[in-house]
Amino acid sequence: MARRSRGRGDGPQGLPGISITGRRAGLFCLVLILLLAAQATRIQVFQAKGYDHNPANQRLTIERYSQPRGNILVGDTPITGSAPTGGRFNYKRTYTAGQQYAAVTGYSSQIYGNTQLEGTEDGILSGTDSRLDGWAVWNAIARKQNPGGDVYTTINAAAQQAAMQGLGNQKGAVAAIEPSTGRILALASTPSYDPGTFAGTSSADQSAWTKLQADSDQPMLNRALRQTYPPGSTFKVVTAAAALANGVVTDINAPTSTPYPYVLPGTTTTLVNDTSSCDQPNIDLDTAMTLSCNSVMGNLGVQTGLDKMTAMAENFGFNDPKLDIPVRAARSNFDTQMNQSQVALSSIGQFDTAATPLVMAMVAAGVANNGTVMYPQLVDKLAKSDGDTVQLMKPRTYKQAMSPAVAGQVQQLMTDVVQNGTGRNARIPGATVGGKTGTAQHGVDNSGTPYAWFISWAKPAGSSDVPPVAVAVVIADSNATDVTGGQLAAPIAKSVMQAVLGSTG
Amino acid sequence: MATSAVTAARGEPSGPRPRTGRNVELVLVLAAVAIAVFGYIEVGLNIDGTVPKDAAEYGAALGVLALLAHGVIRWKARYADPLPLPIAVLLNGIGLVVIYRLDRTTPHSSAAPTQLLWSTLGVGLCIAVILLLRDHRLLQRYAYSGALVALVLLVVPIFFPAVYGSRIWITVGPFSIQPGEFAKILLVIFFAAYLAAHRDALALTGRRIWPSRNQNWTLPPGRVLGPVLLVWAAFIGVLVVETDLGMSLLYFGIFVVMLYVATARISWIAIGLVLAAAGVVVVGWLSPHVHSRVDQWLHPLASVAAGQGANQIAQSLFAFAWGGLLGAGLGLGHSALIGFAAKSDFIFATIGEELGLVGLVAVLLLYLLLISRGFRIGIALRDPFGRLLAIGLAAAVGLQVFVVAGGVLALIPLTGATLPFIAQGGSSVVTNWIIVALLVRMSDLARRPAPPGSARAQSEPPEVAR
Repeated sequence: MARRSRGRGDGPQGLPGISITGRRAGLFCLVLILLLAAQATRIQVFQAKGYDHNPANQRLTIERYSQPRGNILVGDTPITGSAPTGGRFNYKRTYTAGQQYAAVTGYSSQIYGNTQLEGTEDGILSGTDSRLDGWAVWNAIARKQNPGGDVYTTINAAAQQAAMQGLGNQKGAVAAIEPSTGRILALASTPSYDPGTFAGTSSADQSAWTKLQADSDQPMLNRALRQTYPPGSTFKVVTAAAALANGVVTDINAPTSTPYPYVLPGTTTTLVNDTSSCDQPNIDLDTAMTLSCNSVMGNLGVQTGLDKMTAMAENFGFNDPKLDIPVRAARSNFDTQMNQSQVALSSIGQFDTAATPLVMAMVAAGVANNGTVMYPQLVDKLAKSDGDTVQLMKPRTYKQAMSPAVAGQVQQLMTDVVQNGTGRNARIPGATVGGKTGTAQHGVDNSGTPYAWFISWAKPAGSSDVPPVAVAVVIADSNATDVTGGQLAAPIAKSVMQAVLGSTG
Repeated sequence: MATSAVTAARGEPSGPRPRTGRNVELVLVLAAVAIAVFGYIEVGLNIDGTVPKDAAEYGAALGVLALLAHGVIRWKARYADPLPLPIAVLLNGIGLVVIYRLDRTTPHSSAAPTQLLWSTLGVGLCIAVILLLRDHRLLQRYAYSGALVALVLLVVPIFFPAVYGSRIWITVGPFSIQPGEFAKILLVIFFAAYLAAHRDALALTGRRIWPSRNQNWTLPPGRVLGPVLLVWAAFIGVLVVETDLGMSLLYFGIFVVMLYVATARISWIAIGLVLAAAGVVVVGWLSPHVHSRVDQWLHPLASVAAGQGANQIAQSLFAFAWGGLLGAGLGLGHSALIGFAAKSDFIFATIGEELGLVGLVAVLLLYLLLISRGFRIGIALRDPFGRLLAIGLAAAVGLQVFVVAGGVLALIPLTGATLPFIAQGGSSVVTNWIIVALLVRMSDLARRPAPPGSARAQSEPPEVAR
């Protein structure tokens, strides 16, 4: 280079002059600016997404709370709202009846995140769901945030109110379903909490949260969806359906070949009954259900066999780890590997059998819907803020559990339970009610206060339609002296069913 | 000077009237003011939903300043390059808009009025320089005394309390100035004078260190190398005592660039890089302040991973990323999250967030245009001092933009310096307006048509007699 430039440049001794070196220096500055532009492009275009979603980056959160959140509605009434905070996060969530609907909505907290419907439908509620976009390209260019959309629930306000009132200050849960569609009419869990108390970021919000977390009564546990309990005698509905569907019993009034006392197969243990009326051989299925005879139902379960019992349980939602309504329910359990004595115990809802109130409501609903179990659904409709529908709920069949004929037989069994048996407390004047009680022992040597269960359905008397409501109630750890499903749970189920019948009729 | 120009123009009855570019400048200046006012209005609309009450006053203030400067150039430097003034007005206007915008999220401290005051002072000094300095070669005479003043300016802040870990401010009551900014101009003048006088010695003498006939690879003798090493040592000293990495890097860069331009010897760049690297390593080892900045540059998200939240660099990167291609819109970003330096060192991140990559590149192009005009003026001039001065000033702006923007973009370690014209900081705005004044003054000389009959009346003798 020196040789070439020698004698040609106008600088010292023929070196390049300032005209040339100045140009080179200018080129150097150009390169520096280009490097800046390249780095800016790298960050703003290629790495932007990563930085935007970095947990330490508050921007997404600020944007999210810069506008009111969409609402969750029961019927046409919002059960949520938004309030300006005056802080960095402009709006926080409010609840019109937080305690009553906590098991439905979950919570939306600026610190602790979103759960249940607030969580699964967060995209719609916060406005980030792409289905809310009017014209996606324009939204991307204008960076306009969509206003939050609304989530319409399937909840029946009267049924929810009845459920919460019935549960009162007991520990328990209610799940009610419309059998023909799977729409969830009530979802209640007590003790409850007000999700609005920790929606913001203040120290009051934080202490409210801490207090709820420390509460030994677990008010934030959704017992209707997220907690399983041994279903006790209510599971006998499943056993009866399995026995009838598989031809183990063909006539509900015909004597079954059940010995008394019934010794659990392979053991010397007798399966005892709660009532002495059951202590005789060859009781028919109808009587066994009406009186809730353990010996007969245990025997029928064994007769039906593990595989068929399992299949029937799974028709109703047992052993489904992904039962989403769209909030995910806890997995209800019916063991698939058991010896015969364990099958007998499981057939009366003991041993390792455990169910959420939701799944037990599915059992009642499946029977009521002539054997067709519908997918339980909590969301009726998703809509834009201007009311345009984004998505409408379509009833989906979950499983065909049994034939309509078998379902009719089980319906008869359940009707008899309420008419003549342990479920008398659920009788409703002017309505046909079918139900099954359950009193589940639990704890070491069954020392815990029993869980009081009741599952049922009801329709106006004389109606040949599918009953409009099926319900499951569980009371856990009641202080009552006489803890039975019939005493504690049936009246609650009755008031929920009455609420639905009243509002539909 | 102006009168001679007028005579020169009058003395050309035959040829076409030479283009002065003054009307182009007027249009561009008005456009720059309009863009700034539009930005000001957009901030108001985006934050309050209404046009700011004082938009007219703000526009009038900026417009009067710009038109005053334009009038003085029209009057006293009519052949000046028409671009530097509008670019400076636009950059200063953008700065005021962004600072005003950031004021809105920090109600306890508003900086825009002060910045407007400093801008007024800057434009005033710009006008004064254009009026008083008839010929830039006059500065050559005061180069050495200027350098002495510069050294004093650099040393004085040592006696004032450190702010955010750096002793680079002189604080008197509520006012604080950063003398290093002013020293920058004085040092460039000194370098230009020194190098114009000694470029032959620096370029030609020395012993060969590479077994080739390549002149570029000779080591200059100690006599010539000495002052260079002295300057280097002075800067490292400033760096260590004041922990102002940005300024020392900037001074050193300007020096190396000017040295190369004057001597055309690559060896100067090599020596410069080696010395700079050595300095940075030593200082990085000695100063935890510098050391941590290198760490943050290499791992901007380390503090996030450690669960300590985002540090300033990470916040800056978040801001740039949020801006994306088109930006969030003026007033709609969240760059206040960056914290205390959002209006000064990190103002580039707000531009990136609210104007997007498009706005950011536009700003970079404005700088590039200003810098390239500076280099052009240097190349067009005939006297070595003027050439080196113009190039040095242009390089100073370019390097400062690179050091600041590169720092907040995590391209290089964060050093902390002001983005010319845009960032909050009176000393910086004033200094950059003086640089514009010098460029305008020199460009007037460079572009002035030669009087008829004289062969380049203002040109110096050829650089080297051959």
